[in-house]
This record gives sequence, structure tokens and C-alpha cells, in this order.
Amino acid sequence: MEKDKELFTVSIYTENNIGLLNRISAIFLKRHVNIESLTSSQSEIDDIYRFVILVNVSEIKIKRIIKQIEKQIEVIAAFYHTDKETIFLETALYKVKSKSLFEKKDIQKIIKNSQANIVTVSPEYFVIEKTGWRRETEALYNSLEPYGLLQFVRSGRISVTKEPMNISQILKTDKIK
Amino acid sequence: MSKNLISGAEAVIKSLIEEGVDLIYGYPGGAIMPVYDELYKYQKEINHVLTRHEQGATHAAQGYARVSGKVGVVTATSGPGATNLVTGIADAQIDSTPMVCITGQVASHLLGSDAFQETDIIGISTPVTKWNYQVTKASEIPDVISKAFYIARSGRPGPVLIDITKDAQFELMHFKYKKCSSVKSYKPEPDISFDEIKKAADLINKSKKPLVVWGQGVILGNAEEELKDFIEKSGIPSVWTILGLSALPTNHHLNMGMVGMHGNYGPNILTNECDLLIAIGMRFDDRVTGNLDNYAKQAKIIHMEIDPAEVNKNVDVDIALLGNVKKTIPILTKHIFKKTHEAWISKFKLFDKIEHEKVINEDLFPTKDGLTMGEVVKIINEETNGDAVIVTDVGQHQMVACRYARFNKSKSNITSGGLGTMGFALPAALGAKMGAPNREVVAIIGDGGYQMTIQELGTIYQTGAAVKIVVLNNDYLGMVRQWQQLFFDKRYASTEMINPDFVKIAEGYYIDAKKVDKRSDLKKAVNEMINSKKPYFLEVCVEKEANVFPMIPSGASVSDVRLE
Repeated sequence: MEKDKELFTVSIYTENNIGLLNRISAIFLKRHVNIESLTSSQSEIDDIYRFVILVNVSEIKIKRIIKQIEKQIEVIAAFYHTDKETIFLETALYKVKSKSLFEKKDIQKIIKNSQANIVTVSPEYFVIEKTGWRRETEALYNSLEPYGLLQFVRSGRISVTKEPMNISQILKTDKIK
Repeated sequence: MSKNLISGAEAVIKSLIEEGVDLIYGYPGGAIMPVYDELYKYQKEINHVLTRHEQGATHAAQGYARVSGKVGVVTATSGPGATNLVTGIADAQIDSTPMVCITGQVASHLLGSDAFQETDIIGISTPVTKWNYQVTKASEIPDVISKAFYIARSGRPGPVLIDITKDAQFELMHFKYKKCSSVKSYKPEPDISFDEIKKAADLINKSKKPLVVWGQGVILGNAEEELKDFIEKSGIPSVWTILGLSALPTNHHLNMGMVGMHGNYGPNILTNECDLLIAIGMRFDDRVTGNLDNYAKQAKIIHMEIDPAEVNKNVDVDIALLGNVKKTIPILTKHIFKKTHEAWISKFKLFDKIEHEKVINEDLFPTKDGLTMGEVVKIINEETNGDAVIVTDVGQHQMVACRYARFNKSKSNITSGGLGTMGFALPAALGAKMGAPNREVVAIIGDGGYQMTIQELGTIYQTGAAVKIVVLNNDYLGMVRQWQQLFFDKRYASTEMINPDFVKIAEGYYIDAKKVDKRSDLKKAVNEMINSKKPYFLEVCVEKEANVFPMIPSGASVSDVRLE
């Protein structure tokens, strides 16, 4: 039914309010859209929060969803962008047995080549951090997996847009549209 | 020191009074008892109407809001009290009805502990409210209530729910009220673009076959006069959605009737013949458009709308005129030429003639024995001179009433449009009567929907509100039965009802009641009902297996509207 699905990064500037996450995710739920990843943090403006949500939908659908999100009382503005329009990263953590670091020489080469960092080392385990694109964190995952991963976790996408976002302007002139 | 301190519960009441509230519909219970205790003290200022079910309270508040243009207010307790509000809140959300619901909640230290009558009403009501908020500190109450009213009534109106923990109701606070006039992240009315309005005027001036489709936005914006001036100057034939009904008098020469699934023949067919469609305060609901792939594809479309999220949602439009139609229509009117469209209008008249021959005449002047719903509505029109508020439920009777009821005044058609909530009419009629006590309020209800909120007869009796209740009884869930007949080979799965003695039930609530099953008795019975100064119940036994036509079958195009 839905053609031309594409990966979009949705950025939402909001006031802080308990329940707003629920309200925003309900908009995706109502339209049967799966959220690929979601992060929320403070934005460049005091007391204004920024959600970054990754979804795979058609542009027609994301346009309508953005309007529904903007309609919510505490939302200041919402935008959607394609990958080309944003600079984006994800961070992954890999927990590996310390034994393999010393016994398997290859693993040191893998870490070096992937430009990953060793965050911590203990007698039992060590933790590697890799920040980058999905395919990079995935490649490192595939390389490390044979050595036995004790734990693996990847963050949601964080992104900034290439074009400026005039949130301060919007806040001054009241909410647009 | 304690002299200036009041409880959170009293702050709730004082805040409501500050907002001009003098009427609340609700139902008490454990977690809202402090507020009820204050209601007891403030009963001179605020009339609390005890409905027989919380759902009834929401529909009564909706009826009140729709007829008066004010915000309807509902109070309920936590848990089941709160969840019973959900249907009415969803109804108010989809039909843009301003409503503030205040629910009690378990004490804040018990939140999340599955305490007695605890339910996550904030979570439950989130998708069906314009805004909701949980108060856990008394000091928040005035600001939150003032914000709630501002949000409920401004822009595109809608329901707001405020959930107040019991400890916050008991807590003492300094009361100071400031009316909310803006919220940083909320812009109720989008900016008006004069350039776009001029472009729209250009299209209108060039158009040979323009059509206005108006909706409830005209009524919510109090823009009835502005609409009338616009269509009279432009000479454009105009049609309405079910919630737009009564914004323009029925007998206005440019009022061509209803669009949509059971709308009029001409308005539906000619939607696919106009060269310009001007949608005013309506949202292209699927019951209006039929199949979108074949909806007005030949026409340019102008959409006048307050809610940007409605623009290009269902139908891609050529020009969007954002803003409150009360403000945008007059600017548009100024820029258009005075015109008439006689040849184009004569087409509507031609289709109207066909509809009369095939459907309307037999509905209003039946030649067969069985009573028709249409003739009952016609007699109500005659007995009320078209001055009544008509409240309808959902189903066949609703479509018939909206097709045939005649209106002289706006805010006179109260029905559940978007959600299609059976059980809406009886409590909504009570609210409508209390919101417009000097007007005749006639509820027209089917035998199915009537039994969903029949207990509100008790509320009607207790308030003495002189609601006139007409049940059109065909012993079926008629609309579903009609679909079963037409699309499911007459397999009448669970649509036949063995009904109780409705007259006895009304009389059990001390409400005057009568039953009619003969045409010869109908006029006199309706006359007696209208002339009564008290609540009155009239059951009319109508033809059991009658169908509502015209009809656009589900998934068909508006131009495929069927007359039989």
C-alpha cells in the first residue's frame, strides 16, 4: 500500500512535560508507523528539549505526521529531514572478555582499524566505544561477534541539520503554522 | 497566615467560577470527594448535575457546549469514573467540541502502586485530548485550569483533561487567579495570508461552476453571517457537511443540501462536476468524500481552515487559506465580484427534482402503510416551525433527521458526527436544553442508541429539563441492518432487537410518555409533545426494514450515489 518509503530524521523542539513523549509516540502508533530509534535531550536553548526520531515512511505520510506533532500544545516546532540533509551519528558500546584481547591478536587490529576507543579495561572484560554511521558500528559488531560479545548496545541516532533551524526566531514570533 | 489559605479543591471551584462556569455535569467518587465537598459549599454559584453514568456527563457537556458555544465542564472520580469519560472525550476531540474534564486521582504517593481506583487516565486520554495534565500540587491548580480553558476554547476547540491527585485537593495554597491568554508553544490561529486570499478570489471570479462545501468551522467560528454574505455576493450554490448543518437557514435560496454518504443527490453528483470547490471549515471526512481517487478531481480546490494539520490531509488542495473563517471569509468576500450562477444552480434543482420523485416524496408523504422516519421529522418541523434544536444519535434516524429537519437558526443541529457515538443523543439533549433553556429541544433517537444511555432519563427527570424525546423504533439496529441487506445478502447478524416497553420505562422515571403506531395519530401526538412544558417521551413505531437513500456505498465515488 505505502510506496516510496524512505528513512527520515524527525526533529521536534518541545517544552518539557511529563507525558509529551507518550503524546508524540501515540501519533506514530495511531498511523501504524514503527519508530526505528528515538533520543531526547536538552537543545541549544534553555528549557527547550529536542527529540530526534528515526522513521521509515513515505514523504507524504511524514509530512502529515509532522503537522499532527506540531499541533500538540507543548511542541514548538517539528521538522523532517533526509539523510542527505543532516549530519548524524550513533554510538555503540561493545563489552568483550578481557581474555580475548590478550589471546587473540586480531582483535587489537580490528579495534585500531575501526577507529574505535577502548573505554575501560578490567581483568574480566573491556568496553569498546564506536561512534559513527550505522554501517560502521555494524561492521565492528560483525568483526567482534566471533570473539564473543558479553553485551552490545547502540544508541538512537543523534543528528544536526545542515540548514539552520531558527527555533529562537520561532519562539520570539510565537509558533509558526 | 492560614486565613488566606484555601484547599486545592476550593481552588478548583474558584478557578471554575473565574472562568464563568455555572454548570457542571459529573459523578462523585472517592478520589474527587474534596472537590464535591466544595461544590456543596458553592452550590449557589455552580449547579452540579448528577448524571447516571459518567459517559452521560460528557455528552451532556457536549450538548451544552455545542448549543451555547461555551466550554462544557465535567467532573468524575478516578479509575472507572475517569475511564467512563473516554468515549465522550473522543467524541469531543473528533467533533472539535470545547470541554474541560476534571478527574480525581489517587494520592500522589500512591501513583503507580495499583491503588484502589487508580488508572492511568493521562495515558489513556492522551490520544483523544487536545491537552491533558496531571496536577500533584495544589499550587498548580489555578494556572492549570486557566490554561485548560484557554486551550479548550481557542483555535480549533477540543477536550482537555485535568487529573488532580487527592492530596493536591486537600493541600492548602494561596489562591490567585490570572486568566490565560497565551501559551508559549501554542498558536491557536495561524497567520492569514492576504496574497493567498487574493489568489483564491481570482479563482472564484473566473469560475463558471463553483461549489461551496461548508462544515462546522463556520459555526465554531461564529461566521454564519460572514458565510451568508460571501455566498450571496458570489451567488455560489452551497452545500454542507453534517456538522455544518443549521449554519445557514434551510430555506436560503443558495442552500442546496447535504453532501456525503446519505447526503442529497445533486450536491454529491455535482461535486464531481464543479470547476472550483471552496471548502470552508470542513475536513474532507471519508463520509463526505467517498473514494478519494474520484473526488472532485476535475475541480480546483480552495480550503479555508483553522487547523494546518487538516490541509492536504485527505485531499490535496490548490489554495489553502489558513485562519479563522470569521476573519478570512470577509476578506475574501471583499475581493470577489458580485455574480449569479443561474444555469449552474438549475442543475441542482434538476437533481433535486429527481431526488424528490425517487426518494423524498415517498419519505415525507408515504403512500404505503408503514410510518416513515421522514414523515415524523416533517411533522416535528411543522410543529416547531423549524425553530427547535434537533439532537440526534447515530444511525438511520440521524441521517433522516439531518436530511429533513428544517432550521432557521445556527447551533441547532447537535449530533455525533466524526465518532458516531450511539447513546449520544439523550444526554446531549439534556445538555442542549440546559444550554438553551428558552428553546425547544427535540431529541430524535433510534431504539438501539436510546438503550445505550437510557438511564439518563433519571437525570432529565431530576433536573426537570423539558427535553422532548422521540424514539423512532424499528426494532432493529437499522443502519447496520441496511448494510446487511445491501452488502451481506440479508444476513441480519445480531441486529434485531426485542425491545422493552419504552413507555413504561419513561413512566417509571415519571416522564409523560406516549406510543404511536398509526399515521392518523402521529400529528396529534407530536403536537401534544411539543406543547408540553415538561420532559416528554414519544415512541413512534416505524417501518421495520426501511432504508436510507440516497447512499454512496462505502468505497464508491460521490458521483455513484444511489437512489435505490
